[in-house]
Amino acid sequence: MKLSSVLRWGAPALTAGLMLATAAYAQDAAAPAAAAAPAAPVPNKGDTTWMLLSTILVLLMTIPGLALFYGGLVRTKNMLSVLMQVMAISCVVMIIWVVYGYSLAFTDGGSLNPFVGGFSKAFLAGVDVTTVVESFSRGVVIPELVFVCFQMTFAAITPALIVGAFAERIKFSALLLFTVLWVTFIYFPMAHMVWFWGGPEFAATHPAEETVATAGLIWSFGAIDFAGGTVVHINAGITALVGALVLGKRIGYGKELMAPHSLTLTLVGAGLLWVGWFGFNAGSNLEANGYAALAMINTFLATAAAALAWMFVEWMAKGHPSMLGLASGAVAGLVAVTPAAGFAGPMGSIVLGLGAGVVCFIACTSVKNALGYDDSLDVFGVHCVGGILGAIATGILVNPALGGAGVVDYTLDNGAGTAGAYDMATQLIAQLKGVGVTILWSGIGSFIIYKIVDVVIGLRVSEDKEREGLDVTEHGERAYNL
Amino acid sequence: MKLVMAIIKPFKLDEVRDALTGIGVHGLTVTEVKGYGRQKGHTEIYRGAEYAVSFLPKLKIEVAVAAGSVEKVVEAIAAAAKTGQIGDGKIFVHSIDQAVRIRTGETDNDAL
Repeated sequence: MKLSSVLRWGAPALTAGLMLATAAYAQDAAAPAAAAAPAAPVPNKGDTTWMLLSTILVLLMTIPGLALFYGGLVRTKNMLSVLMQVMAISCVVMIIWVVYGYSLAFTDGGSLNPFVGGFSKAFLAGVDVTTVVESFSRGVVIPELVFVCFQMTFAAITPALIVGAFAERIKFSALLLFTVLWVTFIYFPMAHMVWFWGGPEFAATHPAEETVATAGLIWSFGAIDFAGGTVVHINAGITALVGALVLGKRIGYGKELMAPHSLTLTLVGAGLLWVGWFGFNAGSNLEANGYAALAMINTFLATAAAALAWMFVEWMAKGHPSMLGLASGAVAGLVAVTPAAGFAGPMGSIVLGLGAGVVCFIACTSVKNALGYDDSLDVFGVHCVGGILGAIATGILVNPALGGAGVVDYTLDNGAGTAGAYDMATQLIAQLKGVGVTILWSGIGSFIIYKIVDVVIGLRVSEDKEREGLDVTEHGERAYNL
Repeated sequence: MKLVMAIIKPFKLDEVRDALTGIGVHGLTVTEVKGYGRQKGHTEIYRGAEYAVSFLPKLKIEVAVAAGSVEKVVEAIAAAAKTGQIGDGKIFVHSIDQAVRIRTGETDNDAL
């Protein structure tokens, strides 16, 4: 007893002594090196902490946020299938991400660089605790591993969003194959096209043409997308529409009662999505400063405005303010503010949210019913329509004259972060080109992938299985044994 | 022996139970059921999907009583379950051929 207590106290004292000695040597060694060359930027602990937390928040959006949001909207017999699909997709993508996804998205792709990266960081080659990536301020870096994880959560949630379009009828094995192909050929190139560039240090020390020439295609248009309106929402939304059309309607669609089985869980999920979205949007700033705070307040205001807009317009059009409408409006607002989060001003975000609530309501009710497609959980109407609205509105609301933050021109003031000249037409054209490339790349690409999976495995479960429910037939279990 | 079966509005259950207890009925069985009669259903709207819900939730209560007290029981249920609006429900009376209390083996009126 006495011996163990001595050891317990003795060990830290010994370690502390060693650390003091190490620190002293480190200082001795560092002094001459600092005199020789300017020190490389070192990650700030506040920035690093914020990015670690943001990454966890984005995971919370997916599991269990998105899973519950979607799960509550399906019928009891398919509850587990949706929870399974969301979580399994996330797990698959996390592994692929470190094998080759991160490399395809965030390295130089040589001759293919406008569209996709290369394999130089496959299996995270060269990425370790000492490597860093730049944020959007010159001289500010974060550990590369936290950036890998942060972007991993984005890659994981995007294919999970698509699940809502073909919920209640897709074959689980087909979904897994689809996910692997889709992230490989659609998501990783999209992320590269929108987000790959040389970084503030490069942009500040090279001519603008060179920065543009070495960036991804959509980045080179001058299109701005703060947290992934194109990469995540338009991308998932258009794939969702194609999926709903390729798979066809659920048996009994429009004839049988397909009411959500638990809107309570849907609200729990929507709430977790909103909370997690602060990591998604404010985290996309890659450092903890005023722009992260701007993204945060915008993520509050646009969401609240869109939730209220959907609620009131539904109240007027259908006679009741529904909870599902309020929650759907909130998600529509979150989607729309995603590209605008760090660019629009707070008042601009309120306007954006009001627009998103009304437009997405119309898309999910009148437009959907007129066109007759069965996008089970309205992924297209909320994510694609809200995403396009947000992408275009970002080009307007970024205008400093409208309270926006402006677009930084790194060639000014030695890369200090000064906003460049704003021209609405130029910015809007850039935004529209970004949206257009996303819709074409994702729409055509996902159609081909759906067809391949249909031939190899078959996309839909049999009619009998669909009627009995995917929980029992695909997964051998029931959500509720009451 | 008679079986009095009534379909009532769910929120009237406690009043019906109190009324039956008040006239000395010592047990009843309740089942959640759905159905339609003259009362129209309602519409539920989930985003763009509108569903006409024509089967409304009701409660079915069943009370087994001696033949002599049927009138009293029917009156008690009718009075307690009444709101005056359509959808108040209906009462049916069946005959019972046999009754057994499982614990004691008592039969017929003794078993009620």
